[in-house]
Amino acid sequence: MSSITDPPKANFRLSMLIYDTRYRSATIQIVALMGFMLLAAWLIGNAVENLNALGKTISFGFFHETAGYDINQRLLDYQSGDSHLRAALIGLLNTLVVALLGCVTATVVGVFVGVLRLSKNWIVAKIMTVYVEVFRNVPVLLWIALIFALVTESTPHPKTFRGLDTGAVVVTNRGTYLPEVLFSNSLGDISLFGQSALRFDVSLDLLAIVLVLAGGFFASFKLRKRADRIQEATGDRPTTWWQRLLVIFVPLGILLAVLGLHFGYPELKGFNFRGGTHLRNSLIALWLALSLYTAAYIAEIVRGGILAVSHGQSEAAGALGLRSGRIMNLVVLPQALRVIIPPMISNYLNLTKNSSLAIAVGYMDITGTLGGISMNQTGRELECVVLLMAVYLVISLSISASMNWYNNRVKLVER
Amino acid sequence: MSDTSFVRTEMLPQKAPPSTSVGIIGWARANLFSSPVNVVLTLASLYFVGYVLTSLLPWVFLSVWNADSLTECREIMNETWGSTHGHACWGVVNDRWLQLLYGFYPSELYWRVNLTLVVTLAALAPVLFAEKTPRQMLWLTGAYPFLMPWLLWGGSIWNPVVAALGFVTGYVVYRAVSEIAGSLLAVVATVVAALFWWFVLAAPAAALLSDIVPLTIETVESRKFGGFMLALLLGVVAIGVSLPIGILLALGRQSDLLVVKAMCVGFIEFVRGVPLITLLFVASLLLNVFMPPGTNFDIILRVMIMMTLFSAAYMAEVIRGGLASLPKGQYEGADSLGLNYWQAQRLIIMPQALKISIPGIVSTFISVFKDTTLVSIIGLFDVIGLSTAIRADTSWNGIYWELFAFIAVLFFVVCFSMSRYSMYLERKLQTGHKR
Repeated sequence: MSSITDPPKANFRLSMLIYDTRYRSATIQIVALMGFMLLAAWLIGNAVENLNALGKTISFGFFHETAGYDINQRLLDYQSGDSHLRAALIGLLNTLVVALLGCVTATVVGVFVGVLRLSKNWIVAKIMTVYVEVFRNVPVLLWIALIFALVTESTPHPKTFRGLDTGAVVVTNRGTYLPEVLFSNSLGDISLFGQSALRFDVSLDLLAIVLVLAGGFFASFKLRKRADRIQEATGDRPTTWWQRLLVIFVPLGILLAVLGLHFGYPELKGFNFRGGTHLRNSLIALWLALSLYTAAYIAEIVRGGILAVSHGQSEAAGALGLRSGRIMNLVVLPQALRVIIPPMISNYLNLTKNSSLAIAVGYMDITGTLGGISMNQTGRELECVVLLMAVYLVISLSISASMNWYNNRVKLVER
Repeated sequence: MSDTSFVRTEMLPQKAPPSTSVGIIGWARANLFSSPVNVVLTLASLYFVGYVLTSLLPWVFLSVWNADSLTECREIMNETWGSTHGHACWGVVNDRWLQLLYGFYPSELYWRVNLTLVVTLAALAPVLFAEKTPRQMLWLTGAYPFLMPWLLWGGSIWNPVVAALGFVTGYVVYRAVSEIAGSLLAVVATVVAALFWWFVLAAPAAALLSDIVPLTIETVESRKFGGFMLALLLGVVAIGVSLPIGILLALGRQSDLLVVKAMCVGFIEFVRGVPLITLLFVASLLLNVFMPPGTNFDIILRVMIMMTLFSAAYMAEVIRGGLASLPKGQYEGADSLGLNYWQAQRLIIMPQALKISIPGIVSTFISVFKDTTLVSIIGLFDVIGLSTAIRADTSWNGIYWELFAFIAVLFFVVCFSMSRYSMYLERKLQTGHKR
């Protein structure tokens, strides 16, 4: 006669902390946590002791001191008399500008190269392969230095434009000048935040344009919805493309005419060009180098994504009678995008982080201002580096969060 | 009625395919001129390639090799071709290539760097080409971490020997204790014994040994390190050390232990979220602040630590991808065989996960190696830092393309061979069905 009995209740022994799986994980975690806290305490203790020995305290008061250096490429107004906080803000905007420009250009070039690498034309495919291999196997810092040397050394001096004196786009060894958008009946600006470091002018012209454009797009969207409804009900789709274009562009054209849109062209005055929008060589070099470098990676991702869609998919779509453009848009691309997007996110992040190499060509991004001149002037290494890291962390995490949100939308919904 | 049609009774011999669809012409028709668009593309590409080659080849080959300054170069160019445009001045490479490769390492000791390179390759060989090299060479790989620093930095041979003895001590203690007590206790004892050896006994032991048998080679300070050698050194160390750390971090991130997982995730996300340059700022400006007062350890060592941590975080994510792509059945199969966690990882999970992640691992290696150039921003003289320094010299003021081309070729050769090796490895480890 056998009976099921409870296993004998073992008394708790110390060795069970290690050998009993019920306690072991807790033991390991507690030991790890204690080790981590000890390490942190040791590091912080050392830091406190060292800072005391140097007579320093941790303070961010230096932000309100006068920066005293100039930033030549900027989006907002800034004088050398402004504070370090203002300089850091200008730097942050510069980082975002070059990251945005770089991501857009890299995507365009990368998709183009990636598609051409799959071309049946042998020589085109080979040229693209060479481009990808050359750009991926040489450090980005070298590309930045090389393209900077290219735009400063092999572009003409402003004085060679003497006699011509103006132009829409002028490429000189002191930078590239583009036409500037001006309004003769400008609505003026609204200044926000008074005279503080965060002061910011909102152009009412820009605001009006954005509002009109948004209205136009909304109306166009409504037109499309109406066309969809009519198609559902009757089977005939009314032709709306010209109406949809009209509701966007006519109000915009009227607004621009009322505001008096004209372009300000750069003109040669003295030894340099004046007027127009001036893109410094540092910005152009950084932008081009980061875009071309990242584009080589994006090209590979796009190629892999397209190859990952099995051939049967496009054949099946063809069998259903879809045209080749529709096969691409409705069948191949949506599936390829699923493979492409996650590595694309990490390449955008890499580009943004690589934009910190701006310091090598003197483009004043956040690393050049907060982590460069501000740090050297105030001697606040700890505060500046920690803040710099925090800024990049916030940028990285927000890019990856927004791209993950997008990725989740296009992701295949599985069980 | 006999107007039956003619019926052939024997087979005709096969005809050769039309000459327009085979050979070079056929290939060109299929691959270059298959449609009007392709014709335009091909012609445009041919023009582009021709343009690039006709400007690049004369620049590379109709060039000046023997000159001591840019002015001299230009004089020679003007004499020979009548213009300075479109001709490279390789004189700068001829003049400074040793510096670009070795930095400021004493020239009479270059043999040590060369020997290190040979030893590095020899130590890598049994790892990279396991079936083509004798297994005894793994001993060299084991000794390499001690041999390499000694060869480069110099000093007494007893330092690396004593450091290696720490591991021997640990091993002996482990064998001894694991017979008496359990394995966990043995691990603890091993760590304690090894640490005790390194921090207490090692220094006097090394001093004693070098008093008895003085075997010392000349010491070279870190600030003399530079050039491409520095990139290789940082690359080898960061790559070699970050792989095991990356594996541990990836396992930690997958683990059920909440605290361990949180620490690993925090570390990985933090490091991946900041640019390497900020970590290098930490290495050059802040690391000494976090060390006990009075410590002043070497800038190259600090950079190595930071680069290793940096690449370990990326490596962890690559390996995590490999772990995630393994079917759950593999984990369950390992459990059902009664393997414990580490046995399952070592025998079942890791071999497959690592194989899947080879392309990612190698591309991480390549990017780490390329990122070693960033040390020029914190003032170390790697190749890019040296190229700036060379340009600051009056005799080479204004020379750009030749230096950039030389550096680009150096990096291209190393990175390209790494990526080819990864393709070879993928093919070799391919055990699935080939299609």
